Amino acid sequence: MRELRILSPVGMLGYGFPEESFQEGMRRSPDAIAVDAGSTDAGPHKLGAGVGIVSRWATKRDLTFMLKAGCERKIPVLVGSAGGSGAEVHLSWTLDIVKEIARENDLHFKMAVIHAEMDKDYLRRKLKEDKVKPLGPVPELTPKDIDDAIRIVAVMGVHPHMKALEKGADVIIAGRSNDPAMFAAPGINEGYAPGLALHMGKILECGAMASTPGTTSDCMMGYLRQDHFVVEPLNPMRKCTTTTVAAHTLYEKSSPLHIIGPEGIVDVTGCEFKQETERSVRVSGSKLIKPDSCWVKLEGASMVAYRTISIAGVRDPIMINQIDECESAVRDAVSRYFKDIPMEDYKLIFHIYGKNGVMGELEPQKEITSHEIGIILEVVAKDQALANTICAFARSTLMHYSYKGRIATAGNLAFPYAPSDIPTGPVYKFNIHHLVQVDDPCELFPIELVEI
Amino acid sequence: MTGTVKIKDIAKVVRSKNAGPFELTFDIIFKDKETYEKVKHSGVITKGLIAKLYHIPLEKVLYFGEFDPANAIKATIVRPVDSGSIGETDTYGAQQHAPLLDIEIPW
Repeated sequence: MRELRILSPVGMLGYGFPEESFQEGMRRSPDAIAVDAGSTDAGPHKLGAGVGIVSRWATKRDLTFMLKAGCERKIPVLVGSAGGSGAEVHLSWTLDIVKEIARENDLHFKMAVIHAEMDKDYLRRKLKEDKVKPLGPVPELTPKDIDDAIRIVAVMGVHPHMKALEKGADVIIAGRSNDPAMFAAPGINEGYAPGLALHMGKILECGAMASTPGTTSDCMMGYLRQDHFVVEPLNPMRKCTTTTVAAHTLYEKSSPLHIIGPEGIVDVTGCEFKQETERSVRVSGSKLIKPDSCWVKLEGASMVAYRTISIAGVRDPIMINQIDECESAVRDAVSRYFKDIPMEDYKLIFHIYGKNGVMGELEPQKEITSHEIGIILEVVAKDQALANTICAFARSTLMHYSYKGRIATAGNLAFPYAPSDIPTGPVYKFNIHHLVQVDDPCELFPIELVEI
Repeated sequence: MTGTVKIKDIAKVVRSKNAGPFELTFDIIFKDKETYEKVKHSGVITKGLIAKLYHIPLEKVLYFGEFDPANAIKATIVRPVDSGSIGETDTYGAQQHAPLLDIEIPW
């Protein structure tokens, strides 16, 4: 039977995987090793600050296994969304690690570097031509959003990866990529059905998460065939069931019809999930609905404020009963004390764990039932000094506020840390989450070939 | 009909997660077709119920639907704030599912 085997070592490059699972994967003779190195899950900070999600050490550890195995077997290794957010700074961070691994292990290969950072002038032009639209519940893009963005990345689909493979790349280090792209590109290049290849990619991109017990930190194998695909975890302690694989198909997606990429929409509503062996599942029926025009997703982050936090606990039941009143009193004291500072220059936020710290305004339970509560006092302000100043004042005010019936007169807060106030630096926001219309799915993603 | 059961006692998966930085999606997945069909046909879980449980207007529920191949019910809402922005309480959106656990289904 003709099939293409893709090894996914881990759900996020640098999360780590058991060496035995990886070796088991290599024994199955994969045709390619692919990995997703990025996500928007950790918030806009990674794109804005230009930093990674995982440590350099962990990235190097995972990549070393992959590059050594890829070179030894002469099979392609594909890395997408390099460095977390896949902008230039993240790409160079990853390339530096790749070169170091090659040097230390005497590895030689043809590497394709695929760039994904967006040129602002290009986007301004597209905006003027009315070729940009919002993606999801976001406002229309404005020229100011483009000016404000620290970095903007375009999210590539399978085409740039396919093009790099066609150019003979042994290793692909790509900027921001749609999660399934790296896993689907080898199969689509070989003529397999794109709907199946992308759906398999959607399952594989999270490592062994679509198995039970599920985890991103373990290896999964995908077997792509003519009219179906099969997925199987490589650790004998895990298995795929029809429920785990079908459930993962929905994971992180707005609807079952929304496995969207620049290639189109993968419609999985007519899919069939069948138990193939005790530990593997066969999936058929996924179809790609090709769009009339090609739209590429954009992500941009801007800096909006600076933050300082103070973490404390409260154990006094008399105070816990009046926590809302204590909060209002601190807010009043802050606005009185800082009356000369414009209100729009800062914001004071109370995170009260034990009350509604996790769900905020979505929390349906109104009553506090815990014997202790945790408070994070958060101040965001237009500069760090102001955030520090207001946080310090709010913290000392809450510490010594004399609420009704107070008998613990030494202080209201238990601080686990000294210093009690922690400046956390700049705060970012995803200020661009839009689609741009392009003529060619590769036009935003220059490919550079390097001999290592 | 003899009484009611809670979703947490009959579902295999009840979870919330970001679907991109601006949306929050909920999955309720049942172990077998029979349980799933029974819940589906009870008509208890609706777009309106999701809006009510999260105190949001109906138009903020962007998607509601069933997915037969996974024995799953899915709903997607607009995030209270975009992921990681000022006022965030749950960047990954992974702990917003609790109100779904106590939904009662006639059994």
